Amino acid sequence: MSIKRKPNLSATIALLPTWFVAVVVFIGTMAWSIRLSFTNSTLFPSSTYVGLAQYSKLFSSAKWLASLQNVLIFGVLYVAGCLLLGFLLAAALDRKIRFESAFRTIFLYPYAMSFVVTGLIWQWMLNPALGIQASVRSLGWESFVLDWVVNRDMAIYALVLAGVWQGAGLVMVIALAGMRGIEGEQWKAARIDGIPVWRIYVSIILPQLGPALAAAGMLLAMGVIKTYDIVVAMTNGGPGNATEVPAKFIMDNLFGRQNLGLATAGATVLVLGVIIAVAPFRYIMHMRDKAKGAA
Amino acid sequence: MKTMMKLFLAGVAFAGLSASAHAEDKPTIEIMSSWTSGGEAAALNVIKTEFEKRGGVWKDSSIAGFGAADAAFQNRIVAGDAPGAKQGVIGLAAADFISQGLFNPIDDVAAAGKWADALPKSIHDLITYDGKVYLAPTGAHGESWLFYSKEAFEKAGISQEPKTWDELFADLDKLKAAGMVPVAWGGQPWQQTKVFNMILLSQVGIDGFLKIYVDKDKSPASVEGVKKTLEILGKLRGYVDAGAAGRNWNDATAMLITAKAGVQFMGDWAKGEFTVAGKEPGKDYGCMIVPESKGMVYIADSLWFPKTGKAETDKAQKLLAEVVMDPAVQVEFALKKGSVPMRADVDKSKLDVCAQKGVELMAAGAIVPDQAIVLTPQQVGALDDFVDEYWSGGSDDTASAAGNFFAIFE
Repeated sequence: MSIKRKPNLSATIALLPTWFVAVVVFIGTMAWSIRLSFTNSTLFPSSTYVGLAQYSKLFSSAKWLASLQNVLIFGVLYVAGCLLLGFLLAAALDRKIRFESAFRTIFLYPYAMSFVVTGLIWQWMLNPALGIQASVRSLGWESFVLDWVVNRDMAIYALVLAGVWQGAGLVMVIALAGMRGIEGEQWKAARIDGIPVWRIYVSIILPQLGPALAAAGMLLAMGVIKTYDIVVAMTNGGPGNATEVPAKFIMDNLFGRQNLGLATAGATVLVLGVIIAVAPFRYIMHMRDKAKGAA
Repeated sequence: MKTMMKLFLAGVAFAGLSASAHAEDKPTIEIMSSWTSGGEAAALNVIKTEFEKRGGVWKDSSIAGFGAADAAFQNRIVAGDAPGAKQGVIGLAAADFISQGLFNPIDDVAAAGKWADALPKSIHDLITYDGKVYLAPTGAHGESWLFYSKEAFEKAGISQEPKTWDELFADLDKLKAAGMVPVAWGGQPWQQTKVFNMILLSQVGIDGFLKIYVDKDKSPASVEGVKKTLEILGKLRGYVDAGAAGRNWNDATAMLITAKAGVQFMGDWAKGEFTVAGKEPGKDYGCMIVPESKGMVYIADSLWFPKTGKAETDKAQKLLAEVVMDPAVQVEFALKKGSVPMRADVDKSKLDVCAQKGVELMAAGAIVPDQAIVLTPQQVGALDDFVDEYWSGGSDDTASAAGNFFAIFE
């Protein structure tokens, strides 16, 4: 590519701090972490290189493998659940119901809460000795069971439940904004054609909400990788490995277990995972732009 | 790379220094601890009161949860803004900090107070690194205790302490039949590991226990001992309530205090909770070493003294070390916290019946160290994982589980 004009000196100088931050803070710390993952660092950074030993240790750890599996289950169900529930809520509010703004506030409210609070509330509600199970039993239904939080097979779904409860409001707001942007003419036309309401939503409204829902989904997906506080508040990774997640595995090893090497190896794998997941999308976008440019 | 790290730390420390340039003359210290439960806070207050009486200024920064406090402490150290003192266990956890030169030795205080004579030799060895004393011991805890509610035992018709595990399980059945929760189970990994250890000690004895944890011995006798331990641990699953997962130890103790549950396996710090609730040992609740055990697992707490670069803090650290090892403070602290004094020369008559049992076992040398003393933090974590996985996994395959246990040391 040929340089068309001289770079503006003052603009370059103005951008220097940004460049500095980008290189030192983002790339620098990432490189530092990756470097540490090849050393035998424990509590403090060490410069004794051990090759891929930390990685082989990582992938022979049942806890790490369980955490990957858990975050996958959680991530898919959480994002899908939020999108579905959020869309349904938005569609319901879009019917020009009474007290719409009150409902909107109620549904969005959970999103304003910290994950720690959400986690604690749901932990109490689902705790068989304190919460819903105990209350229902005290009303007389003695055999009622709702013990998701302490049940190995169900604990991860308890997390999904709490997560969806928190995140659906965000999707609702974004989807509702999108729906309000759709022209009323389309509704009128569809009505005249006698198309049922649900069909209008599925075939006409939903496709137009694509970009809005994609943005919401992307926001949620980024949260999934970082999932930590809700797990700590609700189950602390238990019972056993049932709700262990990578972020918690990394934090535990960074601090409690004084195991920098293993923790940074985990973090590196996580970053690689994100890159691998995002790369195809970027590639498709890139190709699409190119195709557009050519046309 | 080390020098770069040091430069970085020094830079941050310098930035911190200039901010607090107007230092007070009084010895000021910030104490970081995870002692936040009723009994623990009362015990910490004993040290605080005496420290302030001797002219020190005390700043409390307690953080609930052992792991959370550790994480916060490491962050502060790396940021070059170390607190003046940190509560931590005696053992390998402090070794890394000391080898990096981040802690102040308190050699002169120890020499002046003749700590070498006052402390059991094994403890004195553990607080000494490269010939210098670094840690100020606060108290030792016995961890093999089985506490029971006398009221609950009475209701269930149990008249005497069980001597064997079989008798204990028979008693637990009685408690269950009487409509109580037999075992108040603390459902956090570290608590479960302690139960595993106390059962292990009762099965393999003191020598066997040391062989496994210190020598990492994998002989058939050790494997057999671990298998028997896992069997007993697995059997206990049938006696805990549905809300046990993730439960705090003090919440479990509360179940005994209110006679909702019969027994609790816990370290003697649980006594602090009973004391705060106005319950007396021997009268309202009983304490016994777990059945068939000829000794006690112990853990020892201490105060660590990071380098802060402030003169008044250095002064305060020495004063604090002096206060902590004061014989009267040691006894008072032990009474409030439920622990056993570290000094051998204190007035034991004030201690309660449980602590006296503990002191006897200690004096007789019938003690084995907690895993945090002999294992690295990584191995301690792996041990927690192992016990938690076995406990919550519901597997009864003790042979393969025992294999996983010995893999911790590899």
